[in-house]
Amino acid sequence: MNIFQDTGKYVLLMRRVLVQPDRWRMFFRQFPKELEKLGLQSLPIVIIISVFIGAIMTIQTKLNTENPLLPTYSTGLVTRDTLLLEFSSTILCLILAGKIGSNIASEIGTMRITEQIDALEIMGVNSANFLILPKIAAFVIMMPFLVIFSMAVGLSGGYLVGVFSDIITTADYLLGIQYAFIPYYVFYSLVKSLVFAFLISSVAAFYGYYAVGGALDVGKASTNAVVNSSILILFFNLLITNLMLN
Amino acid sequence: MIEVKHVDKSFDGNHVLKNVSAVFEDGKTNMIIGASGSGKTVLMKSIIGLHRIDNGQIEYDGRNLPDMRMKEIRLLRREVGMLFQGSALFDSMTVLENVMYPLEMFADTTKEEMEARARYCLQHVDLKEQSYGLPPSEISGGMQKRVAIARAIALQPKYLFCDEPNSGLDPKTSLIIDRLIHDITVEFNITTIINSHDMNSVMEIGENIIFINKGEKAWQGSKDDIFHVDNQDLNDFVFASELYKKVKKANA
Ligand SMILES: Nc1ncnc2c1ncn2[C@@H]1O[C@H](COP(=O)(O)OP(=O)(O)OP(=O)(O)O)[C@@H](O)[C@H]1O
Ligand SMILES: [Mg+2]
Repeated sequence: MNIFQDTGKYVLLMRRVLVQPDRWRMFFRQFPKELEKLGLQSLPIVIIISVFIGAIMTIQTKLNTENPLLPTYSTGLVTRDTLLLEFSSTILCLILAGKIGSNIASEIGTMRITEQIDALEIMGVNSANFLILPKIAAFVIMMPFLVIFSMAVGLSGGYLVGVFSDIITTADYLLGIQYAFIPYYVFYSLVKSLVFAFLISSVAAFYGYYAVGGALDVGKASTNAVVNSSILILFFNLLITNLMLN
Repeated sequence: MIEVKHVDKSFDGNHVLKNVSAVFEDGKTNMIIGASGSGKTVLMKSIIGLHRIDNGQIEYDGRNLPDMRMKEIRLLRREVGMLFQGSALFDSMTVLENVMYPLEMFADTTKEEMEARARYCLQHVDLKEQSYGLPPSEISGGMQKRVAIARAIALQPKYLFCDEPNSGLDPKTSLIIDRLIHDITVEFNITTIINSHDMNSVMEIGENIIFINKGEKAWQGSKDDIFHVDNQDLNDFVFASELYKKVKKANA
């Protein structure tokens, strides 16, 4: 429970994870499965959340800034920049920390308490590398696509508000989301998301890998994984923002 | 042959193994017996290096495990097969894939040869073809043990460890599994170590028996001697059940 001890243990685990696999063939058998499970299967939740948040943000921004002095494009612009800067990276990753983090921690934790990890070790397999590396690699690689996807879907959510209500016209909205566009924001978001993806998958794997006890403890491990990776995401968000936007 | 010399192991002040020494011979079913919580599993896991011991030596045909680096331990482990208390089959793989896994990880043969070897091992433990494609969760406990044995012997180990191989099995299936382990041990001349608190197994296949009591080795001998020992703890353990009390009376 000591934060320094845990950090040390985490670093040592990562040193076992981040090495060449014993057999690349076995890695590449696992890897596509993880791409599907961690990446593709996250698409539905990314779509649902992004489209609703995009729409709601557009509505809120418009309703809360009814000032004739503000240009008509401001709503689209605010929606776009919020999506690009924070929502599609940080907030999305916080949500995925819940889904992916608990999934990884409970899967690896179950393998730990049912002695499957011991069985791997007994065979002479580097169990940390075999189990964890494909997950981290797959999630980190899928993350930029999820982020870009979320941005696109979120922007369409705002557009739908224009189509289906009188709150904003689609013309104003489209003008807004193109106005003073800064491509660097997308880059900044992608960099953040890569770091977050690594944090989510590795921290969850850490808690699962060191689970002890029974089914209840696997539950605890996955709660710990979600809570702690969320805190780390917020902390690193601050750090990276300072480095990249200041 | 595995020799354990003066092994100590404690967990945060809880002294579990106290100066344990023992010899485990080739081609024999060596058994570690003792009450629940006496330290059998800890001893077994220490011998394989899943626990780091505090003191002592563990020699695999002269090679001392505590002196080895992680890399050497990994190489040694390719000569080791283990049967876990709960089978520990990989539940994301089918029966056949479970047995093929160690081969795919370490053997340098073609895929066809690996599959042939896996099928040979599965047939050797009397598992029928129909179950090869099933996940472990869909077969019975006894069948899971068989698969676990097949997986453990896939790479032709020199050393085989079995932690309570018949926990959760009915007496008849237990007997079959015990005999299977014994036959494999003799056939391939393996150094087999079995953890058990089941007197039926002991009487069936115990050739070299080590009795652990509260973390100390209290007795070593064969199943023929076990009824005539002057050791109170061992007697309490052996004659715990009415059945064995009756056997003793009948013998007297
Ligand atoms: N990883 C561990 N950390 C701390 N203590 C442990 C650990 N593993 C075992 N112990 C302690 O060591 C003692 C012996 O446990 P062990 O599992 O070896 O018993 P056992 O003889 O195998 O019992 P059973 O027949 O019930 O399996 C117990 O008191 C247990 O609490
Ligand atoms: Mg035990």
